[in-house]
Amino acid sequence: MPNFEHPEYPEATLLHLESMVPCRESQVSSLLSIFGERQHFSFPSIFIYGHTSCGKTYVMQTLLETLELPHVFVNCVECFTSRLLLEEILTQLQSLSSEKKHGSHVPCDTFNDFVRLFKQEIITQDLQNQTVYIVLDKAEQLREMEANVLPGFLRLQEMTDRNVTVIFLSEIVWELFRPNTGCLEPFTLYFSDYSIGNLQKILSHYHPPEYSADFYAAYINILLGVFYTVCRDLKELRHLAALNFTKYCEPVVRGEANERDTRRLWKNIESHLKKAMQTVYLREISSSQWERIQKDDGEPGHLKGLSAHAHVELPYYSKFLLIAAYLASYNPARTDKRFFLKHHGKIKKTNFLKKHEKTSNHLLGPKPFPLDRLLAILYSIVDNKVAPTANIFSQITSLVTLQLLTLVGHDDQLDGPKYKCTVSLDFIRAIAR
Amino acid sequence: TAVRFVNKKCYIRARFVYIYLSFCLTDYFSQGKNDSEDSGLRFATCQLLWKQINSETEKIQEELNKQLFDNLIHFLRQSHSELQTKKTEWMCRMKSSEIPTAALVLGVNVTDHDMTFKSLSEVLQDNVTPYVVSLQAKECPGIKHLLQKLMGQLMDCNVDVDSSEEEECVNISQKKIRCSMASLSKWYESVTKKTDSETPSKKRTSSSRHWQSPPIVVIFKDMESFTTKVLQDFIVISSQHIREFPLVLIFGIATSPMIIHRLLPHSVSSLLCIELFQSLSCKEHLATVIDKLLLTTQFPFKLSEKVLQVLINIFLYHDFSVQNFIKGFQLSIVEHFYSQPLSVLCCQLLEAKKRVNSLSHNQCENIRSLPSFRRYVESQVSEKQIALLTEDSFLKEVTQTLLEDLHIYHENYFTVLRCLHVFTTSLPKYPLGKQIRELHCACLGKSVWETEEYESAIQLLRMLAKDELVAILQKCAEIFISSSGKQFSNTVEKLEEFLARFQNLEGEHFSVGFRSVPSVEELSSSYIPCCSFRSYLAPAEMQTLNEVVYFNTANTLREHLNAAPRIALHTALNNPYCYLKNQTLKSDVGCISNTAPDICIVYKLHLECGRLINLVDWLEAFSTVVTAVEGTDPDAVATDQVDEIIHARFIRAVSELELLGFIKPSKQKTDHVARLTWGGC
Repeated sequence: MPNFEHPEYPEATLLHLESMVPCRESQVSSLLSIFGERQHFSFPSIFIYGHTSCGKTYVMQTLLETLELPHVFVNCVECFTSRLLLEEILTQLQSLSSEKKHGSHVPCDTFNDFVRLFKQEIITQDLQNQTVYIVLDKAEQLREMEANVLPGFLRLQEMTDRNVTVIFLSEIVWELFRPNTGCLEPFTLYFSDYSIGNLQKILSHYHPPEYSADFYAAYINILLGVFYTVCRDLKELRHLAALNFTKYCEPVVRGEANERDTRRLWKNIESHLKKAMQTVYLREISSSQWERIQKDDGEPGHLKGLSAHAHVELPYYSKFLLIAAYLASYNPARTDKRFFLKHHGKIKKTNFLKKHEKTSNHLLGPKPFPLDRLLAILYSIVDNKVAPTANIFSQITSLVTLQLLTLVGHDDQLDGPKYKCTVSLDFIRAIAR
Repeated sequence: TAVRFVNKKCYIRARFVYIYLSFCLTDYFSQGKNDSEDSGLRFATCQLLWKQINSETEKIQEELNKQLFDNLIHFLRQSHSELQTKKTEWMCRMKSSEIPTAALVLGVNVTDHDMTFKSLSEVLQDNVTPYVVSLQAKECPGIKHLLQKLMGQLMDCNVDVDSSEEEECVNISQKKIRCSMASLSKWYESVTKKTDSETPSKKRTSSSRHWQSPPIVVIFKDMESFTTKVLQDFIVISSQHIREFPLVLIFGIATSPMIIHRLLPHSVSSLLCIELFQSLSCKEHLATVIDKLLLTTQFPFKLSEKVLQVLINIFLYHDFSVQNFIKGFQLSIVEHFYSQPLSVLCCQLLEAKKRVNSLSHNQCENIRSLPSFRRYVESQVSEKQIALLTEDSFLKEVTQTLLEDLHIYHENYFTVLRCLHVFTTSLPKYPLGKQIRELHCACLGKSVWETEEYESAIQLLRMLAKDELVAILQKCAEIFISSSGKQFSNTVEKLEEFLARFQNLEGEHFSVGFRSVPSVEELSSSYIPCCSFRSYLAPAEMQTLNEVVYFNTANTLREHLNAAPRIALHTALNNPYCYLKNQTLKSDVGCISNTAPDICIVYKLHLECGRLINLVDWLEAFSTVVTAVEGTDPDAVATDQVDEIIHARFIRAVSELELLGFIKPSKQKTDHVARLTWGGC
């Protein structure tokens, strides 16, 4: 007895569909009932949101493909201008029923053109009697396009007077989309995060053909035990599972343990997975390097991650410039006299710090400072005399291009540019050594 | 004013060299000097020398980069093959397809990177793939521009692979408007299909150079300057198409690979398969360059201690750029050949001897006036002195032998220097410096054995363990043997004999422990070669005729390479005589002359003011100064009315100052301007 019931589709298709979308049965069945029968008019727009990799794209794609509904699937990141987006939709629409794989290129500049061309296309493709689905993946990009694009898509059914449904897939809630001029509210549908049980079920679903499902499920169980606290991204977990599986199988392959010897297998893999969490997962070392280590059975210790190469070697004056910038960023300007002048007046200790300054400056982040102050501090911290040569100034600019300093604010550089120092205390300590 | 120089990203230095060289291509050398000083020949010699040196530097660069490039090519090959032949079907499906990425850490010497990237893309295009794209941050402010640039470069390189199929390429470039990843993958498909269907003969030629389906390599030259958004979008988009065409990214990183994590969030960086590659440090690069260009007799031209120090200081203190170091070296060559008439003799020994014979009388006089030659003359007996100073032919003969001596001196000097360096590098704390360039500087400047550092080095040397000493001496012997100088055959013999004795000693006193074995007398005998070093390491300044090959006007070089715009501007405005050379402008320090240009007067007056300057007071002071000496008419001064012309001159001078960035209009007070330079705060 299938979970999904629908008079339109044969039972076998529905059963197949069910097996394809584990843990998303409720969402799929509500979508099915919204869609209705082929010739029915559906909601003009449906908004589906949920966290990263909770199956939005996958479910939509499988649903539309298994039921063989006419649809267009577009990724909005890829089509970064409205023109590209509209043209892409039209091109895909062309190739819906026709034999050739790629439709010819249709020039389409405005939304108005789009509506006209869309109507034409529906007729030429003979799709008047079916609902056409347009799926816009990563729909949050639409907000950065022209103001008429999002409301236009919301009312596409009304404007074209055709049977069309636009489906938005997004990671953020509808409230962040809503344009301030009136618009047609879409039907919103939430895809909840997968629970640990769901993850377990989905991950063990595709087990390698050489091993039994139970064996792989036990492995996934261990994997989730290690990674579930830091990562719930299904794609990432699947990737990690594939990366480390050979290591898990090792004792079995060598004949030291059989497939049911869970405890021994666990001992073998656990520390390995923890190491993976610190390295591969953070992309400190790449997955191909990780595989090579596994193959050679070497310790990953000798391979340093990206963060291990944190030290930056700088020219002599650049070092001092950076230190001066750091001092200028984190010390209030009032204290300069006290720190950098030989004969500063006495300062009463009690009133020296204003109340709000008692919180650590490091918590407040770097403050902007003018160029002159930077140079003044530089002159006082370098032992010998520094001439203000062109080289010194160009060094400041190169520090900015290296992102160690940032230029703050206005573009008019003539009246005193201001900078901020963006490096951390540890970095400065390493340099000052 | 300083501010301007900051934001205008100063290439002042490069420009200086450029101007210099464009001059020297004209008849700059012969300007003002008559040809009795061989200016034409000097120019030719200079160009020839530079050509040799340039090709040598390119060779060095190539050798140094070889290792890195080999690693990169290996990486490309591997990433590529992995994409095609996955071990198991299951693995392939489960693993997310990451974009292979090479993080190339190149160091902060950004000016050198261009060279490296240029040769990298050449190497890749020769060995791996025709599809190499290099992108710069300033060309790609948005994802659209990035893709445009990317596709533009790709289509171009397609043209250059098969020039026969131009028509189709034109078609593609017409369709260029749609620059999306989809059309890119379509393009790739068509291109690879085309090469497959080619005639077998043609296929062989192309496949010998490139791989079957060549990857598309995208080089981000300056990773730090790219905006996060552009990078993220590009990676996200291309990761969706990675299965359609093999894409490989190369990130050029100047600081540290941490920047990747700073620029890219985890969701994006998880799409990459990053491997780290590190280039040779710029200091090692410099050491090689100095070793191959300066510490060799291959090139006759030499740098004096001060000049070398200036170049090295710029390198260490300011930019870490080897390119700039070589540019500075080039500048000193040009400057030397231009300013020193006798530099005509700065060529290979045989050629120089020939040239001596054809020297003009003028040139002979030039030789006689060289300080080192005068010292030499004074040390001779009086008849010879007279002969040297009066007979040109005798002078030429002597000059030839002196040049030969100089050549031999250099041969010996470099050999002995290397030996001494072997000794000093093994010492704790490196009293004479760790690098050979430091030792070289020390020896060039003064008699090194008279310095304190040398003393302490010798002290430390006495305390070396025997096996260390033996190793050092063996290395020395190798250096001596490999050197071309014949004088050292004797030394080598002595050294080997000594080493043999040392080995024997070890056998005899095996039980005594090595500390006491090499007793003082043994050790002191080991310094015999050390002591005889002295004559070879005598500073170059002591050598007769050293001016011919040594460039020693460090000041000129410093002025050109380490310009101080602020100071120059201040000098120009404060003391116009310095640049204008007009006698009437000569004035005492502190007083303001009315003959100076208006802007100078205004500038000097504004120096006396605080942060805000009252324009009315300033104008009054200005008119007082201007009229002071002209002011034979006291009545005119007495009237409060300022002359209109003076007023206009004042306004113009003030706006000139504003243009130069010394002042700006202030909003705090209406009739005031604010100072922008020092003293204002």
